[in-house]
Amino acid sequence: MIVMEPVLEPSVPGEILLRASNLRAEYEAASGGIVAVDDVSLSIRDGEVLGVAGESGCGKSTLGAVLSLTARPPLYVLGGELEIAGRKLSFDPDHAPPRLWRGSVVSLLPQGAMNSISPTIRIGDFAVDIIRAHEPGVSRKEAIDRAAERLEQLGLPARALSSYPHQLSGGMKQRVVTVLSTLLNPRLLIADEPTSALDVSTQKVMIELLIELLDRRLVGSVIFVTHDLPVLRMIAHRIAIMYAGRIAEIGETEEIINRARHPYTGALLASVLVPEPQIRRRRITGISGAPPSLADPPPGCRFHPRCNLATDVCRTTQPPQVGDWHQYAACWWAQDHQGEAVVSYL
Amino acid sequence: MNENMNKPNDDDIVFAASGLTKTFGRSEKAIRAVDDVSFAMRRGEIITVVGESGSGKSTLARMILRLLPITSGTMALNGTDVTRLRGRGLQEYWRQVQAVFQDPFSAFNQFFSVRRLLHRSGKLLRHADVDLDSRMRAALEQVGMHPAEVLDKYPHELSGGQRQRIMIARALMMEPKLLIADEATSMLDASLRATILNVLFDLRADADLSVLFITHDIGQACYLSDRVLVMQHGKLVENGPTEDVIFNPKHDYTQRLLADVPRLHDVG
Repeated sequence: MIVMEPVLEPSVPGEILLRASNLRAEYEAASGGIVAVDDVSLSIRDGEVLGVAGESGCGKSTLGAVLSLTARPPLYVLGGELEIAGRKLSFDPDHAPPRLWRGSVVSLLPQGAMNSISPTIRIGDFAVDIIRAHEPGVSRKEAIDRAAERLEQLGLPARALSSYPHQLSGGMKQRVVTVLSTLLNPRLLIADEPTSALDVSTQKVMIELLIELLDRRLVGSVIFVTHDLPVLRMIAHRIAIMYAGRIAEIGETEEIINRARHPYTGALLASVLVPEPQIRRRRITGISGAPPSLADPPPGCRFHPRCNLATDVCRTTQPPQVGDWHQYAACWWAQDHQGEAVVSYL
Repeated sequence: MNENMNKPNDDDIVFAASGLTKTFGRSEKAIRAVDDVSFAMRRGEIITVVGESGSGKSTLARMILRLLPITSGTMALNGTDVTRLRGRGLQEYWRQVQAVFQDPFSAFNQFFSVRRLLHRSGKLLRHADVDLDSRMRAALEQVGMHPAEVLDKYPHELSGGQRQRIMIARALMMEPKLLIADEATSMLDASLRATILNVLFDLRADADLSVLFITHDIGQACYLSDRVLVMQHGKLVENGPTEDVIFNPKHDYTQRLLADVPRLHDVG
């Protein structure tokens, strides 16, 4: 297989917080390996929110697991490098990543996090566990005080710590878990579908909390994984669109939404249902077909079987990344139509 | 509130609810989960109920389905009071009012093929003189599936979108008058969501089916429905044609709800 060179970025010190290169991760299955993250490279600036979007099964949550160092069997990280806030890590299937990075350097807010706290312990006990895992000498009282102070600083009630999870509403649980997962001031927070189970009003409050965490420098950067593009428009500086384990397109949020260059991005955007007058006037057909099986992905561009603009080269050869590290589309069409948006062609 | 309501003589009205109320608990601890809700549905109409979590949308759906006892109020199907139906009458009501729920992954028995699943649902039709097999095939075709391809498949061989279409086909086999879809697309990808909504949309072309769609997603309500009902704390706070409710909301709560909806483009 061809390993793509990561697109080069300007190496201005202090600007780039995270640099991930050539990440590959595989699920072990009876029928053989399923490569769910295939040669993904990306960089994130300090203070940036990067949205990661795509259909179910495109590898976006797997990418989150790899970056948060929480990959567990049957998921294996086959290779790649991670450089974050000056520290380097080479992935190697035989060696586990440093345990103490989790929570303090990278932290994962997993999908359905609000239902992942043990229902039999108080939320405060959970906070104590988190702090003591990293600083064993801290007393219970001090740990609770620190958690209480953090909650109040962010405008949440400290009494949540003496509650059991079922005593809080869904939106409150999600916010409290977010605060707990950032107690150790991680440089990178990976939030996997943090708003998907919430209704619009609680979604908005959740997003405001993430913005506040960034503003107060309690987290360095955020990777926001979701299938909801309108939500990303509220918070993300850049959006990466994943398809079949690879990044199809990445770029500034407004560029992706208004001037997408990858046909897949265009198709995804066309199937978004928002309460805007134009959606009542036309029939939205969705994207025909289904994403390919990652056990046996199609050759060339992985989107070509569903792409209206596919040509012969798309069927045989992996597309080039057209653009720079900060903004590119992995697409032959984009290569031939530099600077054009795909919308008018679909 | 709305002039269209409470007109039992209107021939077009399939379903009418009047003062529906559901109380959980007793005395001062009582919670009115659904509070004095009245509305009417016309033949072939698609009505969406929107509101935030806990507003009573799903409780309303379960009352209409007669899965929850009704504290007070009445409801009528084709002019016949169905609030207190029992026995054979309730069975016939359940044939005419069908539902599709949120989770297409837990609605299937993993060990049953699609054919067996649909066949079991046919029990409700045992008193009618119907050819179950042809009814099954017709229903699958109505939701855009090829019976030969799916009948012998097991749930794990089907995607979420396919499963949800089979659930709709299962409901259609009963030839219902009213289909209740409670968050039926919430667990699907955006790219599949539209295809399921299109299936619901096209079913009204077969005239006799009305759809009550329940969602917290205003975008889907906007795409699909003829009319939108907005619920807050169990009460119906707004009820009107989609264009009016979504692009020119009257009630404070609807205005706030719409202001929170993330959009792809700035308005105005």
